[in-house]
Amino acid sequence: MLEVGALNGWYGPAHILSDVDLDVGTGDVVALLGRNGAGKSTTFKAIVGLLGKRTGHIVFDGRDVSTASTHAIVRAGLGYVPEDRRIFTELSVMENLEVGRQPPRADAPTWTPDRLFALFPNLAEMRNRLGGRMSGGEQQMLTIARTLMGNPRLVLLDEPSEGLAPKIVEEMAHAILAMKREGLSIVISEQNLHFARLICDRAVILESGRVRFSGTIAELEARPEIRDAYLAL
Amino acid sequence: MDFYFSQFLTGLAGAASLFLVASGLSIIFGVTRIVNFAHGAFYMAGAYIAWSLTERLEGAVGFWGGLVIAAIAVAALGALVEIVLLRRIYHAPELFQLLATFGVTLVFQDLAVMIWGPEDLVGRRAPGLRGAVDVFGQAIPAYDLFLIVLGPTVLGLLWLLFHKTRFGVLVRAATQDRDMVAALGVNQKWLFTAVFALGVFLAALGGALQLPRGGVNHAMDLQIIVEVFVVVVVGGLGSVPGAFVAALLVSELNAFGILVLPQVSLVLVFLVMAVVLVIRPFGLFGRPEGPARASVSATVRPWQPLGTSGRVLAVAAIAAAACLPLVAGNYILAVGSELLIFALFAASLQFIMSTGGLVSFGHAAYFGLGAYGAALVTKAFGLPMLGGIASGVALASIGAVVFGWFCVRLTGVYLAMLTLAFAQIAWSVAFQWTAVTGGDNGILGVWPDGWASRPGAFYWLCLTAAALGIAALRVVVFSPFGFAMRALRDSPLRSEAIGIDRKRTQWTAFVIAGAAAGLAGALFAYLKGSVFPDTLGIPTSVDGLVMVLLGGVETVSGAVIGAILFRALTIFLMSYTDASKLVLGLLIIVLVVAFPRGVVGTLSGLLARLGARPSATPAMAGSGQARGGTP
Ligand SMILES: Nc1ncnc2c1ncn2[C@@H]1O[C@H](COP(=O)(O)OP(=O)(O)OP(=O)(O)O)[C@@H](O)[C@H]1O
Ligand SMILES: [Mg+2]
Repeated sequence: MLEVGALNGWYGPAHILSDVDLDVGTGDVVALLGRNGAGKSTTFKAIVGLLGKRTGHIVFDGRDVSTASTHAIVRAGLGYVPEDRRIFTELSVMENLEVGRQPPRADAPTWTPDRLFALFPNLAEMRNRLGGRMSGGEQQMLTIARTLMGNPRLVLLDEPSEGLAPKIVEEMAHAILAMKREGLSIVISEQNLHFARLICDRAVILESGRVRFSGTIAELEARPEIRDAYLAL
Repeated sequence: MDFYFSQFLTGLAGAASLFLVASGLSIIFGVTRIVNFAHGAFYMAGAYIAWSLTERLEGAVGFWGGLVIAAIAVAALGALVEIVLLRRIYHAPELFQLLATFGVTLVFQDLAVMIWGPEDLVGRRAPGLRGAVDVFGQAIPAYDLFLIVLGPTVLGLLWLLFHKTRFGVLVRAATQDRDMVAALGVNQKWLFTAVFALGVFLAALGGALQLPRGGVNHAMDLQIIVEVFVVVVVGGLGSVPGAFVAALLVSELNAFGILVLPQVSLVLVFLVMAVVLVIRPFGLFGRPEGPARASVSATVRPWQPLGTSGRVLAVAAIAAAACLPLVAGNYILAVGSELLIFALFAASLQFIMSTGGLVSFGHAAYFGLGAYGAALVTKAFGLPMLGGIASGVALASIGAVVFGWFCVRLTGVYLAMLTLAFAQIAWSVAFQWTAVTGGDNGILGVWPDGWASRPGAFYWLCLTAAALGIAALRVVVFSPFGFAMRALRDSPLRSEAIGIDRKRTQWTAFVIAGAAAGLAGALFAYLKGSVFPDTLGIPTSVDGLVMVLLGGVETVSGAVIGAILFRALTIFLMSYTDASKLVLGLLIIVLVVAFPRGVVGTLSGLLARLGARPSATPAMAGSGQARGGTP
């Protein structure tokens, strides 16, 4: 589904990513783990073409997208949920969803506002509320819902559990598992294993922009020294 | 009372076109972050094309259809300009965007003269709305009533467009966070083009609707753009309701200003604008912009004072220039004096813009105030020339004190638009206050004293003034005060945190630049023997900007080279072609797109690359070095 090889990325002159490899099969849920500043968000930005400079190969769905523009990559079915949420605060919930809407795709689940409200029941009660008047958790659900409106085949979720209350984190986990059941491939970035352990099959650990571990969650659990060296508690 | 009522209705009717044009500008700015100076040109193009169509198409359908078709045609033209030009400069500093769109304005001006001739054209009256309607005993033109209804109608339609269509929702989303919109799969390029075309459509429609009211003329582009800048600054850039309210306000002020202050009615509008800006710096309906980026791109390699070889070169250049009167005739000496005067003018603009990071789009104000100050004192009190020059510098400094006090409250494009508006106030006073300034006829007979009346002597005077003035500016650039200016330019927050008083520093910089420009203006008055309002006009301001751009914005001495090249080029163009604006406009566009670092910047970049030093960042290398061989 997504094959990333020897990915390098820069912010201006600063070389941040060094030869990152990441493979995601159809229906996989992969955790991209690492501490603050490890390069998780940068990896996502590089994949969707939001980084000023990147090299390496990125093949999505059999198509080389390593030089494609952001909107073309997203339209090919690669959804991206940024870490800072970036809700359109002046737009209502329904309008936020409208911005994300893309035509249905034969090989991906098709989402409508009603199906998304079933996935995130909190949102259903605030269809006309302005994005700026929502709590952090509600905004996080809205960003994911907004990206799903593009009917992606694969979603990059940047720290979906960050700053959320435990109860909301649990709801989030249920929603992501529901997305997985629909057949979506998902990559989730997280700083620690707590959340990833609930929903992911495989994990890739980054540190200083390099891949330090790649394997199943079970393999990772069996090696606490890796967890201690590269992850937050 | 009745009379006031009909005046009120006239004001409402005038607001319609103003609102259309201003809302177009605001919508474009909201999404693309470009202040489209060419908006006035599109407004004028709409009027001209509508004139041609309505002359040919018959009947009511022909008339109204003609107006709409004209607006659509101009919108298509706008889309073309966006695709060919603006797409290349979306990431350029705002100065470059303003200049490039001003270049488009110049091109349109000459094209309009070529296609429609130099005379004003009178438009057809609107079919069905030719007469007057009796409203409370006053005869009000039916067309005015139509316009009064049209304004709110368009506001309503725009509201529907932005809230009930997908396109509108995308535009509102992009106004807030255009990169996120792209990250959701929307092609920004076409969104930008569509938004630009919509904005241009509104401007062109506003122009076409002026046909039955005032006809078409060649000054309407600059006239409307200044009013529109005032409207969007008052209403808040990016806000359509703000544009509506501010258009009403400005239009009513125009209607009643004539009654209150017939001599200087234009000033009233600007006064209100100044008050609004002090109370709400981002306009009535505007929101503060994000952290303002540096207006001119920051240099990587820091500027240094001239080294020994640089000093030798500079002295040699001055010495060579001083020898000119020994060999040249009167005409060449007059041209030489003019070049020196503009070198000083451009250096003063460069000082405020490159060192201070404050983009002044109305620097002609201080040049013109200097010229008028000198001329008025000479004529009224018969003061000798040096006294006149001192008065010119004083008047320009006073202008800079007053205008600068307001300007330093703003940043970025708001600041650029405000400086333009202030220059326009100065211009309108000179233009309207005939009793004192002679209005359009100017002030004649401002000649130098006997000792400087020979062209050679006057040339030496100009050389002395320019050399000393530019040297003084350079001393300031490399003084602690200059470092404070540069610190504020590069990082306002951090500089204020270490205790630099931003407003005071920038205000002082304004006054220094204004005084230097005033000196140039005063000399210019004595060189020409006369002063006209166009010394204060937008074209003079833009000339200054082009000189700086041509030399290289990021250099310290580029302005001098740029001024000499540019002035020589225009003198040459004036004598060899009728389409000088067209050529100049194209020159500006090419400069902005292809040589944004100017002559000095490009040359020193080349030198740096050829030289032995391997440079870490080739793209920026050498940009800050002063190698022009000038002081
Ligand atoms: N806009 C930027 N400009 C320059 N450097 C940046 C920028 N954003 C991030 N960096 C640097 O890039 C590195 C990787 O940052 P990144 O945001 O990818 O980390 P992350 O793994 O997502 O961390 P977090 O868990 O805190 O979100 C960090 O060293 C950071 O300082
Ligand atoms: Mg991150």
